[in-house]
Amino acid sequence: MVTSPTIEVTSLTKDFGPVRAVDDLTFTVQPGRVTGFLGPNGSGKTTTLRMLLGLVRPTSGSALIGGKPYVELDRPGAVVGAALEASSFHPGRSGLDHLRAYAPHIGVPDSRAHELLEFVGLSDAKERRVGGYSMGMRQRLALAYALLGDPSVIILDEPANGLDPQGIAWLRQLLRSFAAQGKTVLVSSHVLGEVQHTVDDVVVIARGKKIHASTLAELSALASKRVSVDGPDRARISRLAIDNQWQWDTGNRGIVVHDVDASIVGAKAFAAGIELHRLVDEEVALEDVFLRLTSQVDAPVSLGGQA
Amino acid sequence: MIAAIKSEFRKLFSTRMWWILAIVMIGYLAFVGILMSIMFTLLGDEMTGGAVQGKTLAVTIYGFINPIGYVFPLLIGSLLFTSEFRHQTITPSLLSGANRTHLLLSKLVVSAVVGLLYGVIAVLAMIGSSAPFLQILGDGHYLGDSEVWKLIAGSLLVFVLWTMFGVALGGLIVNQVAAIVVILAMTQFVEPILGLVLGIPEATRGVAQFLPAAAGNAVVGSNSLAMGTGMGDMLTRTEGAAVLMAYIVIFALLCRFITLRRDIG
Ligand SMILES: Nc1ncnc2c1ncn2[C@@H]1O[C@H](COP(=O)(O)OP(=O)(O)OP(=O)(O)O)[C@@H](O)[C@H]1O
Ligand SMILES: [Mg+2]
Repeated sequence: MVTSPTIEVTSLTKDFGPVRAVDDLTFTVQPGRVTGFLGPNGSGKTTTLRMLLGLVRPTSGSALIGGKPYVELDRPGAVVGAALEASSFHPGRSGLDHLRAYAPHIGVPDSRAHELLEFVGLSDAKERRVGGYSMGMRQRLALAYALLGDPSVIILDEPANGLDPQGIAWLRQLLRSFAAQGKTVLVSSHVLGEVQHTVDDVVVIARGKKIHASTLAELSALASKRVSVDGPDRARISRLAIDNQWQWDTGNRGIVVHDVDASIVGAKAFAAGIELHRLVDEEVALEDVFLRLTSQVDAPVSLGGQA
Repeated sequence: MIAAIKSEFRKLFSTRMWWILAIVMIGYLAFVGILMSIMFTLLGDEMTGGAVQGKTLAVTIYGFINPIGYVFPLLIGSLLFTSEFRHQTITPSLLSGANRTHLLLSKLVVSAVVGLLYGVIAVLAMIGSSAPFLQILGDGHYLGDSEVWKLIAGSLLVFVLWTMFGVALGGLIVNQVAAIVVILAMTQFVEPILGLVLGIPEATRGVAQFLPAAAGNAVVGSNSLAMGTGMGDMLTRTEGAAVLMAYIVIFALLCRFITLRRDIG
């Protein structure tokens, strides 16, 4: 087992003119685990990763890898492997030449480029110019670039975009094996379902703010707490929800209360003398939790254990 | 740094641009070389009243290498930076090694070598195309003459400087189209016209010789474009090289402290 560096993001903020892309973001990414970095489009994932990689200068706060900013790492290309949105290729260069161009700077022999192209399934296409690669092939090449220096920290921005189902399954396996080797793995996505079976921890952001950070198991616990309530007087039920500061909305069969046990809802309704005709614990998909979390930016959900 | 330089070499030589530009340069210089050598050997006496012949003619024609050719090292140099921004390879480049000063310096080192290569190609194209006509139709090619050898040495040096100039300029104007437009406009219109306009009045003549193209001509030691008009003071070789170096240093510093301080993404 290697002891890989921890990623620590502290009060990280980035303004692009009037736009606050990342807002006072704090989280850590532990070695030996896969951390999913989730948020809808434009929520600030890429910007956060770019700050972590020394490409974008934070307005305030810090993003450290093993206690140091990326730019102060001794041989960053050999410690951290990163693939940001897969468009950073010269179309006229072959896949092999793309890797060979960076191999000296990262400090690895050319044989490593051939190995990785084989590994990501591009050996047949490696002499072809990248301009003719498909989206999935570019993703694979970006991944090969990230792994060139055999890094112990792996940072991937939406790596599953454009991959076929086999590719996604293969990537999932790969990331799991990195974590098993003790590496630090951070993967962003705008779809929770995509990384649901891969990650150990989740950090969810929306509009640049952290709205949730926990283990996946704790997030799953949130998922099961959705109680469907109905009765003859729906107005009283919703008032009950408001009085108890429950998150609620109107479902197609009455009122849906979030993050509260059905037993508590039942007890409170009983105490308030509200007649109920329906009180059901509803299982929800994790994706619904994610959607709900990210659509309520102004109501942060806090959980005890933070990733 | 050595590793960074090696990566830079591979970046440049793994795309087609370097040899496409080299071929265009060969064609252009050879065309001018053939045209000029035939024209001057056959009609030169009528055109210049016998003032330009023999060795002077050889040096004059070989000297076209700078004013005609310098756009090419500028272009290839500028591409070292602009293609990184155009294709966003600047991201993996700065991930491989995060030191932005090293990135700039290794590009300058690579450009010096590429400039020398372009210089050799340009000399071969220019002399190869014009020397036979000077020999057959005129008074000789004067290739054994020390003045011609100084011109060749000056040409190689100036191509090295132009390519570095291109890197620094491309690092400041990172938009590829904008950089190409600026280089073409400067080399083909602005400088020649400015050189003429500033070169005629006594008061501004001193300024004209500090324009990049004029400094480049000084390095080569042949003021071909001003030939025959008797105007335009020229710097010495060393002064010309110093002026070009000054431009390179200024643009490179601007690149480091403007472009390379910006956010990448
Ligand atoms: N260079 C920039 N200049 C101005 N605004 C920017 C810049 N980069 C990002 N932004 C803005 O910052 C916000 C966050 O963008 P970012 O790319 O980080 O989101 P994201 O979470 O990666 O989105 P996606 O899922 O679409 O990739 C957006 O509002 C975006 O418009
Ligand atoms: Mg993004």
